[in-house]
Amino acid sequence: MSEAERDDAGLPRDELLAPMLRRVIGVVTIVSLVALVLFGLWGAPTDEVQGDAQRVMYLHVPSAWLAYLAFFVTAAASALFLWRRTRAEVWDRLAGASAELGVMFTGLALVLGSIWGRPVWGVWWAWDARLVSTALLFFLFLGYCALRRIPAADPVGGAKRNAIAALIAFVDVPIVHFSVEWWRTLHQQATVFNPQLNPQIHGVMGLTLWLGTIAFTLLYVYLLDRRYRLAVLEDGRADRELERAIAERISTSRGVVA
Amino acid sequence: MTGERTEVSIWREAALVAGKDLRIEARARVALGQILPFGLIVILLFAFALDPDRGVLTRVAPGLFWIAVLLATLLAVGRAFAIETHHGARDGLRMTGLDGGAIFLGKATAIAVQLAALEVVLGVGVIVLYGVDVNGIGVVVLTAVAATVGLAATGTLYGVLAAGLRLRETLLPLLLLPVIAPVMLGATRAFEDGLGGVPGDAWPWLGILTVFAVIYTTIGVMAFGALWEEAA
Amino acid sequence: MSLVVRLRSVVCLLGRFPALAGADLDVGAGEIVLVTGPNGAGKTTLLRLLAGLLAPHSGTAEVMGCDLAVDRVAARRAIALVGHETYCYDDLTARENVKFFARAAGRRDADIDAVMDTVALSESAHLVHRGLSAGQRRRLALAVALVREPQLLLLDEPHAGLDAMGREVLAGVVRRAPSEGRTVVMVSHEVDIARPLATREVRVDGGLIETVVPRVAS
Repeated sequence: MSEAERDDAGLPRDELLAPMLRRVIGVVTIVSLVALVLFGLWGAPTDEVQGDAQRVMYLHVPSAWLAYLAFFVTAAASALFLWRRTRAEVWDRLAGASAELGVMFTGLALVLGSIWGRPVWGVWWAWDARLVSTALLFFLFLGYCALRRIPAADPVGGAKRNAIAALIAFVDVPIVHFSVEWWRTLHQQATVFNPQLNPQIHGVMGLTLWLGTIAFTLLYVYLLDRRYRLAVLEDGRADRELERAIAERISTSRGVVA
Repeated sequence: MTGERTEVSIWREAALVAGKDLRIEARARVALGQILPFGLIVILLFAFALDPDRGVLTRVAPGLFWIAVLLATLLAVGRAFAIETHHGARDGLRMTGLDGGAIFLGKATAIAVQLAALEVVLGVGVIVLYGVDVNGIGVVVLTAVAATVGLAATGTLYGVLAAGLRLRETLLPLLLLPVIAPVMLGATRAFEDGLGGVPGDAWPWLGILTVFAVIYTTIGVMAFGALWEEAA
Repeated sequence: MSLVVRLRSVVCLLGRFPALAGADLDVGAGEIVLVTGPNGAGKTTLLRLLAGLLAPHSGTAEVMGCDLAVDRVAARRAIALVGHETYCYDDLTARENVKFFARAAGRRDADIDAVMDTVALSESAHLVHRGLSAGQRRRLALAVALVREPQLLLLDEPHAGLDAMGREVLAGVVRRAPSEGRTVVMVSHEVDIARPLATREVRVDGGLIETVVPRVAS
C-alpha cells in the first residue's frame, strides 16, 4: 500500500461510503427504526384473527427480505471478484461483510418466525417449506463465514477460495428451495397453514411493513459500511506488519554481510 | 535430451487419478475395513434408538439408509484428501501439471465407486435387518446412481476447499451437510417410492437428483483447479 | 545464453513471514547452480518458488519464460523438484509411484525400467513405499523427478540421508545434466560434495540472494 492511500494517522483511506453519506444514512436509519417501533406497536391496528402476535411480522418479514438481499450481494460480489477484469479486494471484503449480516438477519428471521408461530400455530417450529429452506440457508452461509475465518497461505488465493465457496453455496439455494417445496407439497398436506390465518395486508399495516423494510435495509447498508471498514483496518494492520517484517528480515541479512 | 510430451485427454488423466486412488484403497482397505463397518454399525444403532418393532424401522428405512451414506461420505472424502497429505503428495501431484478438472473427476470417481460398494452392502443390511420390500428395483438403482454422483461431486469439491486448512475435520461437515441436504431429501423420498410405495412417483425426485449431480460435477471441473492451487 | 530463471525483487510469503524479502537471481540454460546459506535463509522457499508451488507476493518471477504470478501451472511440466519429501504414496510400490508420476506428467512412453536402473532401485521396484529404507526413498524421489525428463531440475538438500550408492548416482545425474539440456539448481549443506559439481555458487541469507560467487572454472 502506498503512502497516498493512507491518512495522517497511517490508516488506510479506503471507505465504502463517503463519511457524509454514512452519517446521513445513520441518522435516517435511527429515525426510521423509531418510527417503526411507534407504528408497529401502536400505529398499526391489531389483527382481527391473530391479535397482537401479528405485530412480529413487522420485524420478521423485513429480516427475511434482508437475509436474501445480503446473500445475493455476497454472491454478486464473489462473482465480481472471480472475474479477472473486476478483481479487487473491495468485492472480497463486501462479500464477507454481507454474508455475516445475512447470517444475522437469517437467524433473526428464524427466531422471530418461531416467536410468531408459537401463539398463532401453537408450536415453536413447523415443518413449513419456507422455514426449512431458511434454516438450511442459515447453515449454508454459517459454514461460509466459518471458512472465511481461517486464513489462507496467500491472501489473494484465500479470497479466491472464499469467492468460489460463496458461489457454490449460492447455487444450492434454488435447489434447496425447490426440493423442500416439493417435499412439503407432494408428500404431506399442509396442516398448520390455514389460509384464513394469512393476514390481509392493507392500509396502515402495509405502510408499517414498508417502513420496516426500508428501516432494515438502511440498517443493513450502515452495518455493511462499518463491517467493511473493519476489514480494511484489519488488512491495513496486516500490511504494516508485513512491511516491518520484510525490513527486519533484510536487516538480519545485511548484518551477516558486514 | 528431453523426451516428447504426449497431449493427454482429460478423461485419461481422470482415469489415471481414479486408478491411483482405487489402487491405494485396495491396498490400504480403509473404506472396506473402517468406513463400511462404520456404516453398518450406524444402521444397527438406529434400530436401538428406535423401537426395533418392524413397523417403525420399515417406514424410516430410506431415511436411515441415506443418513448412514451421508456420514460415510464425510469419512470417504476426508480419506480421499488424507492420501494426498503424506510425504508431500499434494505438491508432487501439483507439480505434474495435471489438469484440475481431471484430478476432480478422478478423485470424485474413486469416491463414487467406494460409496456405491458401500451402498450395496448397506442396502442388503437394511433389507435384511429392517425387513424392507423392494417394489421398483430400477428406481432404487437409478436413485442411488444419481445421488452417489451428486454426493461424490460435492464431497470432492468441499474436500479440496477444506484440504490443508487447520480445523478441516470439523469444518468439512459444517460446509458439506447443508449443501447436500437436497440429495438427502430427494434420495430418501425416491427410495420411499421405490421400496414400499409407488415407484412411478419417484421421477420428480430423480430429476432433482440428476440436476444436482450435473450442476456440481460441472462446477467441480471448473473450480477444482483454482481451489487445488490455493490449498495450503 | 537464454535465461531459465529470472527473479527481480521477489518477496515470497510463508503465511505472514517474508521468507524471501526481495530476491534477485538469473540462471542461464545449462548452468549448475549451488545455493548455500544458513538455516532459515529462504533456500527451500526459493526452490519451491522456482518449482511453481508458491506464488510471489511481489516482484517479478519468471521460470522457463512463464510469469509465476500469472501462470504457475504451465511452467511446472518442465520442472522437477527433489524436496525433503518423496511426494510418493505409501501404499504404491516404487515402480507404481514412478509410473504414476511419469504418466501424470504426460510421459506415457517413459522408460520406467531404465530410470529405476539409473537410481539403482531395480531390485526394490516391487516394494511398497512404506517398506523402503530411508536411503532407497531418497533414490526413489530422484527417480520420480528424472522420469519426467525435466529441463530444470531443482534439488533441495539431495545429499541429506543419501547412502554412498545414492551419492554416486546423484553425482552422475548432475554431471550429465548440461549435456542432456538440463539446468540444475541445488541447495546443499554438504558443500564439499556439492561444490565440485556446480558451475556457480550463490548465497542466500535473510531472504535475499546476496553473494554471487563467480563461476567456477569447470
